Amino acid sequence: MDAIAPPVTRFARTPGVARRERLQAVAKWVFFTMALAMIVPLVAIVVYLLVQAAPSLNWEFLVEVPKKGMREGGIWPAFVGTLYLVAISLAIAAPIGVLAAIYLNEYSRESWFNRVINLAVINLAGVPSIVHALFGLGAFVYAARFGYSIISASLTLAIMTLPVIIASTREALASVPMSFREACWNVGATRWQTIRAVVLPNSISGILTGVILQVSRAAGETAPIMFTGAVFFKAVQRGDWFPYRLGDQCMALSMHLYTVSTQVPNVRESIPYATAVVLLGSVLLVNATAIAVRVWLRGRKKW
Amino acid sequence: MTLEVRDLRLAYGAREALRGISFDVNRNEIFGVIGPAQSGKTSLLKCLNRTIDQVAGTTLSGTIRFDGEDVLRLRDVFSLRRRIGMVAPLPVGLPMSIYDNVAFAPRCAGMHHRADLDAIVERCLRQAALWDEVKDRLPSLGTALSGGQQQRLTIARALSHQPEVLCLDEFSIAIDPVTTMRIEDVLRELRGEMTIILVTNLVQQARRLADRTMFLWNGEIVELGPSSVVFSDTPASRRTYEYVNGIFG
Repeated sequence: MDAIAPPVTRFARTPGVARRERLQAVAKWVFFTMALAMIVPLVAIVVYLLVQAAPSLNWEFLVEVPKKGMREGGIWPAFVGTLYLVAISLAIAAPIGVLAAIYLNEYSRESWFNRVINLAVINLAGVPSIVHALFGLGAFVYAARFGYSIISASLTLAIMTLPVIIASTREALASVPMSFREACWNVGATRWQTIRAVVLPNSISGILTGVILQVSRAAGETAPIMFTGAVFFKAVQRGDWFPYRLGDQCMALSMHLYTVSTQVPNVRESIPYATAVVLLGSVLLVNATAIAVRVWLRGRKKW
Repeated sequence: MTLEVRDLRLAYGAREALRGISFDVNRNEIFGVIGPAQSGKTSLLKCLNRTIDQVAGTTLSGTIRFDGEDVLRLRDVFSLRRRIGMVAPLPVGLPMSIYDNVAFAPRCAGMHHRADLDAIVERCLRQAALWDEVKDRLPSLGTALSGGQQQRLTIARALSHQPEVLCLDEFSIAIDPVTTMRIEDVLRELRGEMTIILVTNLVQQARRLADRTMFLWNGEIVELGPSSVVFSDTPASRRTYEYVNGIFG
């Protein structure tokens, strides 16, 4: 017993104490600097964009159509096109992804089939978007004969976001304690009754957040839609909410940004920046909604 | 006779948890099961209500007769689990109101009339000795109750589907001695209505409550007999005496 008695502690400032305190201070500053380094570029980008875009930023720019070969006017067709692509791709990917994740997490047992699907999900999530683009071109534009169209582009975006939605949904489901499920099974509840009464109500905030965060990805990608349905220019009425049909090609913000930055000579300098501001603003708006939904739902969480 | 277990064998992969055990449980008795950790007590309960199905990689053989059916070959496990209730070691208040916690099982079984549910909730909470503490706050969260209250809530939930057999798996490991004594009183009263299988680490608890006691060790039955014999100075097996008196185990 007395062989391993701890050294007597007193409040004297020995060299050891001083060294630990210095080390602690250094560590804190290193971590703080790194955290700051995260914020500085973000603020810099936003401020720089806003300053550069200021001459073109107004309501007209959003609702007006491009004029004089993109050198004048606004970005309405691209803005609406992005809305279409994001909404349709999520309408396809979210139900499939969430339901598949529920099957994988709640129903399937440990088996080779489950492991194969897991592997597929992880690998799909890591595939570069340009490869998704080529897949979409082959599968939807040619094989399925959808042609270069909104539906082909949306399906390609859906394939791209699907694995991430599956992964984030599974994570949300797995965060519900196993003991809740066992308690339900013990009183004779079926798996579906358990999922409906306990699992979904307590994971819905995480599921929704995962889905909504994919909006920014779908809105920002250029490669998958460039090969499958987005075009350089499309004549559209000013402020028209329904200019496209599913089989049409469309303009999109990410594609438009690429076009006006690199493909058109003598564009007014503020136009690409203003386009970027609209893209960034839309994505931030959606993300802010996601955060609000999450906070609201988490407030109703029950344990 | 309520349950007839014959030559029940269970293995998790290569590890045998139950090595061919056979016993009967009589109607309206408290049947105690004692034994050290890893002796197969919880595995046995999981076989009785077929929650063993949720565990991957098990091999199971033998028969468990219950109401003329072989439990292990039954298709409708959900009805089985309503008839053989289960209380897990750690209290689990489901993340819903106290009322919904108790009304959950009847609702799953298809009962939706408010008056019927009200009656069941009150009866079960009274039986579990929890009614007086929660009757004024039934809409509040079950997860907000104290550990001892949650364990009584768990028992109330297990009673809500009117089981014929109630299994309790070391129900007192997470609650204080006073609450334990209250629940023990509850069990003595419930004995008139149902059969109780009491798995416990507390040898004294089995001595206090059980009519008959089974001593499991390493997946085998060492001794099964009236508690007055098992806990006497002269049980049939020397190992029983040693375990009960803390000499091994």
